[in-house]
Amino acid sequence: MSLSKEDAARAYWKENLRLMLILLAVWFLVSFCAGILFVDLLNQIQFFGFPLGFWFAQQGSIYGFLLLILVYVLRMNTLDRKYDVHED
Amino acid sequence: METSTLIYLVVGATFALYIGIAIWTRAGSTSEYYVASKGVHPVANGMATGADWMSAASFISMAGIISFTGYDGSVYLMGWTGGYVLLAMCLAPYLRKFGRYTVPEFVGTRYYSQTARVVAVICVIFISFTYVAGQMRGVGIVFSRYLEIDINMGVIIGMAIVFFYSVLGGMKGITYTQVAQYCVMIFAYMVPAIYISILITGNPIPQLGFGSTVSGTDISVLDRLNGLGAELGFTAYTDGTKSTIDVFAITMALMVGTAGLPHVIVRFFTTPTVRDARKSAGYALLFIAILYTTAPAVAAFARTNLLTSIPNVSYEQAPQWFKTWENAGLIAWQDKNGDGIIQYGVGAPFAGAPQFTNERGEHNERLVSNAPTADETELYVDRDIIVLANPEIANLPGWVVALIAAGGLAAALSTAAGLLLVISTSISHDLLKSNFKKDISEKGELLAARIAAGVAVIVAGLFGIYPPAFVAQVVAFAFGLAAASFFPVIVMGIFSKKMNKEGAIAGMAVGLIFTFSYIVFFKFISPELDNAEHWWFGISPEGIGTLGMILNFVVSVAVASVTKAPPEEIQHLIEDIRVPRGAGGAIAH
Repeated sequence: MSLSKEDAARAYWKENLRLMLILLAVWFLVSFCAGILFVDLLNQIQFFGFPLGFWFAQQGSIYGFLLLILVYVLRMNTLDRKYDVHED
Repeated sequence: METSTLIYLVVGATFALYIGIAIWTRAGSTSEYYVASKGVHPVANGMATGADWMSAASFISMAGIISFTGYDGSVYLMGWTGGYVLLAMCLAPYLRKFGRYTVPEFVGTRYYSQTARVVAVICVIFISFTYVAGQMRGVGIVFSRYLEIDINMGVIIGMAIVFFYSVLGGMKGITYTQVAQYCVMIFAYMVPAIYISILITGNPIPQLGFGSTVSGTDISVLDRLNGLGAELGFTAYTDGTKSTIDVFAITMALMVGTAGLPHVIVRFFTTPTVRDARKSAGYALLFIAILYTTAPAVAAFARTNLLTSIPNVSYEQAPQWFKTWENAGLIAWQDKNGDGIIQYGVGAPFAGAPQFTNERGEHNERLVSNAPTADETELYVDRDIIVLANPEIANLPGWVVALIAAGGLAAALSTAAGLLLVISTSISHDLLKSNFKKDISEKGELLAARIAAGVAVIVAGLFGIYPPAFVAQVVAFAFGLAAASFFPVIVMGIFSKKMNKEGAIAGMAVGLIFTFSYIVFFKFISPELDNAEHWWFGISPEGIGTLGMILNFVVSVAVASVTKAPPEEIQHLIEDIRVPRGAGGAIAH
């Protein structure tokens, strides 16, 4: 890679922030939106024996959080290598 | 074999295991004592974090709270798991890269201020003691319920065990005992959960049974629950009674508070690399999620069982577990209308906890001396019964009961040990070494940490034996203060290069004072005003940390924008913690 060390670090940080903001938006969506703000609306929909909003509040949000961390870990490992800032 | 003999055997065996691990992994250096030499594998760290995090309250009380509040209980499920997303993305990898021992140390270094560090130490000690008092009490309660040992004796036994392995083993000992404790508690939680799921729905996986139909019918568990509740006048299980803004604020405060709790953060200082710190957060949430997705299922099953087998049944025909737990004092029935039939509905049968007289009534029920209320309901049920009585409700053998006892103890002891360690390191490392005795040798510091841990165990034990009246009400404190102080300060310390000493201290002070005053006002000064009508924006004291956090952010940014930017070397430090490369072992200094 032809970037200088500082440029690489800066680009790495920018891409990291972007990823983080996208994932945090999903975090907000599965818990605060689906489980709280729009819970009554989503409860109109039946989902495998659950009212959907209630499912998000007591089950779905937690599964969502797990997936988010998984995606974050995998993406960051790739980013670390792409910008050559990974640990040996 | 008698159930009580089995309990002695199982609890004794787990205690022997913890002590064995403590001897095998005892710490020899400050690095081992504070952060287990940063050599903990992410899976082990994830389990240890899970045990550290899941307290007596998670294990014993949470399913019960959900069972009796339905949708409203979701705040704990989302709040106590969602914080791990914040930890994984906003805190853990950077704090690991920073590579020191404690949270106050980060605050002090990043904000080049001894004052900030001391404020942080005070917060750490306050938050941790608040929390640990409940754990020691929890140990005593488990002993007294299952083994009919006096609560105080139970607390003393718990103190002795925790003293032994936290003083001897430090972080290294605690980590590996917590791994064992996680295994004990999750096994103890899942076995009865699986049985009760099969009993109610025929599906062995509680998470799936939760959405299935009740055995022998084509009605789903939740529809059945809503129907049973409606007959007795309860709000639908799947609907809440709290206002949307309050549910929002409480969930946010619990999430952010989780991410700001020092005994949780410090676990991420123990991994070998930054990559492992991220992974650890994922494993931690996975191990926590197993219990947290099971709890609401157990809550729904147990409530279905309660509502089908108790209301409008005559006392003589009530199931055996009803009488067992009445004898233990967790259930009380006051036959208000004298018909010999148990009426159950909205409200409380009498004010407060039951005061049992030593007499029996005409149906052989235990009499209580409490004055009855005007409500028609005649039944008092302690919420903890949902987890404690599960094995009997599902007709499980004695060894499962023994397992629950061992699991409850594991949950309480592991959390207590994690908190005590944080208290002792704050004292030896952040107060003693950095303020009063800078030239202390490593041996001296280690000894100081051990003495501090010993003293902290004794203080925590005293809190357990003489619980301050406010213990039950101060959980809001721990989360609210962590949310309003540490979380914003650490996040801005990593994500903003412009955030300076003045901004951080002003923000922490405003966030803390605001949150503290609000909780003290509604919980202690004017508890009669503690209702939605008087709360600001309809936010209860449990959720006020959210507002405290926002205030902290706003004040910090405002103050930092009119004061001097942080010095050059701090800006370099920030650039350095943002990239993983170069995260070596712990830096001794």
